[in-house]
Amino acid sequence: MIIEEINILRQHGWQYIPDPLKAEVPAPFRGRPEIQVGMSLDIQQELFDLCPVEAIGMNPLSIDLGKCYFCGECAMAHPQAIRFTSDHRLASNVRQRLIVAAGDTRGIELDPDKIRKEITAMFGRSLKLRQISAAGENSHEAELNACGNVNFDMGRYGIEFVASPRHADGIVITGPISQNMAEATEICYEAVPDPKIVVLVGSDAISGGIFAGSGALNRSFLDKVSIDLYVPGNPPHPLTFINGILALSRSRS
Amino acid sequence: MVLTTDKKSISIHNTEAVSIAEIPVLAYADFKAQVLTWLHFEKCHCVAYFAYPFAGGLKFIAAIADDSNAQVYLLSHEQMGTQAIELDALSASAMPMHIYEREIAENYGVVFNNHPWPKPVRFAFNRFNQEMQVNDYPFYKIESDQLHEVGVGPIHAGVIEPGHFRFLCNGETVLHLEIQLGWQHRGVEQLYLDKKTLLQRAILSENIAGDTAVGHATASALLTESLTGANTQNTMLDIERTIALEWERIAMGIFDLSNLNVGIAYQLANSVFGALRTPVINFFQSWCGNRFGKSLIRPGGTHYPLTDELVAKMVAIMDDFETRFDAMAEKTFHLPSVLNRFDGIGKVTKKQMTLIGAVGQAAKAAGLIRDTRYTHPVMAYETLKVLPEMQNSGDVLARFTLRRLEIKQSIRMIRHLLDMRQYVDQESGSPLKQSEYSMKPNAFSLALVEGWRGEICHCAITDENGNLQHYKVKDPSFHNWLALALSLRNLEISDFPINNKSYNLSYCGFDL
Repeated sequence: MIIEEINILRQHGWQYIPDPLKAEVPAPFRGRPEIQVGMSLDIQQELFDLCPVEAIGMNPLSIDLGKCYFCGECAMAHPQAIRFTSDHRLASNVRQRLIVAAGDTRGIELDPDKIRKEITAMFGRSLKLRQISAAGENSHEAELNACGNVNFDMGRYGIEFVASPRHADGIVITGPISQNMAEATEICYEAVPDPKIVVLVGSDAISGGIFAGSGALNRSFLDKVSIDLYVPGNPPHPLTFINGILALSRSRS
Repeated sequence: MVLTTDKKSISIHNTEAVSIAEIPVLAYADFKAQVLTWLHFEKCHCVAYFAYPFAGGLKFIAAIADDSNAQVYLLSHEQMGTQAIELDALSASAMPMHIYEREIAENYGVVFNNHPWPKPVRFAFNRFNQEMQVNDYPFYKIESDQLHEVGVGPIHAGVIEPGHFRFLCNGETVLHLEIQLGWQHRGVEQLYLDKKTLLQRAILSENIAGDTAVGHATASALLTESLTGANTQNTMLDIERTIALEWERIAMGIFDLSNLNVGIAYQLANSVFGALRTPVINFFQSWCGNRFGKSLIRPGGTHYPLTDELVAKMVAIMDDFETRFDAMAEKTFHLPSVLNRFDGIGKVTKKQMTLIGAVGQAAKAAGLIRDTRYTHPVMAYETLKVLPEMQNSGDVLARFTLRRLEIKQSIRMIRHLLDMRQYVDQESGSPLKQSEYSMKPNAFSLALVEGWRGEICHCAITDENGNLQHYKVKDPSFHNWLALALSLRNLEISDFPINNKSYNLSYCGFDL
């Protein structure tokens, strides 16, 4: 009976987030960290030794979000030194901007001057992406899928994941890129017509994460291409991805 | 630990650490006879069989779980010298051993004579034969003008992990499906040895398979606790971890229900189940800051105790969830167009599941009880005494139905645990500190945890200084991928997607 379906629809009401650009994620979500200045070298050393993924730098004390897993252990060990805000806007097109140093309280943004002109000109209203899981551990892939669900509904902006690289305007890589996926990743990239973008999603893709240095990886592909967007997280929240990809494709500088 | 009367094995319970010297070393013929005797019984299955470098040769350890008495039997054999090792394959008579022997053969070049399916497993970076690359996998072939092959992957059409599927087809009908994995291999087991700190190893466990972050992290935490003796008698911690495991089961169960409806283009159930997943994983975020429960599980304790405030929130989410879930499930499971697509499709019998050593959901959907919450309980499962939900038909519908039943059962269990929690006057405690991280020397331990897919097994061996010497991870997908291959026999190739979704196995959990 169709009436049952109507009742189910009514029961659920509107599920979509009205404006993903304005939506916030409640604490204890760990987003952009803020670091106090003037921490002693002892504390800095302790935090450096604690970090499981070598994301913490010293003098000045800093966190590289391209490596960070947002486990929050550093903030728990020294809450006076590091605090994770719930600011989920973490993506940038400049690798260096992912490094948050002591005293930085500004949000992480893209550098509009470094966005290639053809990206905004051609992909501003419609952007089709081919996802490559290159040894991704499936929570990243699940969050990218969630971007298209009824809550986040990324499709409203004309941004979608497509089945074939031939239909895509770029690739989105998750995972640290294993040796066994290195060739397939490159073939897939080659199959995308020009102009095309490359997006790295998650700290595994950006830096290798906890897998950095493993003999099973082959990240040489990343040396051959220019990266248009880095989206940090383990995994990044869907809002982090959506805000980042919109900032890249919609900027009007 | 008990030495069996014939002195051929010792028996331990789940998460019990023993000295490596206490595990009897048998001649291979005796070892083989003993293992085959056990595996003859349905109540016994192998949870671990691996080799590691030892005194210039290899030491092989097997762990056979006896589901009738919650014991795990340990026994071993050693092969010394630099000569190539040749052994008679156990899998020639006991099929479930095929994957263990393939793994040992791949890693160390051991030759197993009469092995029925001697093929690579995952093309590990430190494998014995470096000549053979991931693109050289020897697929099964049938020479015929009438047949054709369909190759899919490693990259798939959707946003999912990579794997290669080779279908041998007669027209639209699949005669044989062979699944080649390994693309996701990141060297996880070696990284356990390379990464020295407690935190690094905990983080690594959460990232073996991100959809089972709680499951693998719990297995690793239990193992660490058994080897360090840290905080092993904490009822509150047990309750909280059990709740987290069941919550993960709900989150992934609802994901699978949504995804299966994508496979048959039933838009309403896809959207509704998809929307229902959001509050569930968002609760994980309220609990520990991560939608997949990462950073919640740590050895020795937790940074995120389940507070009264969180409990109230959890109960409210479950109440709302159940109302909406029940209405949609009732509709979906009575819709002829849904049932018609699932009923009788991709059937694997109980006998086949037993033969291939299937575990967890795949086994339970075919009437084979393989659920360590029931058979080898630890944490709060010891008091809960879970009777697993079961199905018998072994088809897509059975696996689909099992998700629904398990979601409801997990909610019941969590409500029960929340009641129990009120009577526990204890705190779950802080995680073990790096300065307290000291493991027993020359020890072996094993932890079995029922992740949402099935049995997760982690094993660790320490050296004379208490450092990790070997670490072994097993995801349930290690066994269950073969079940998917069997499901496809004599089906139309177009039925592959719903079969694949009905198992939803882990690529990275298999590839490590």
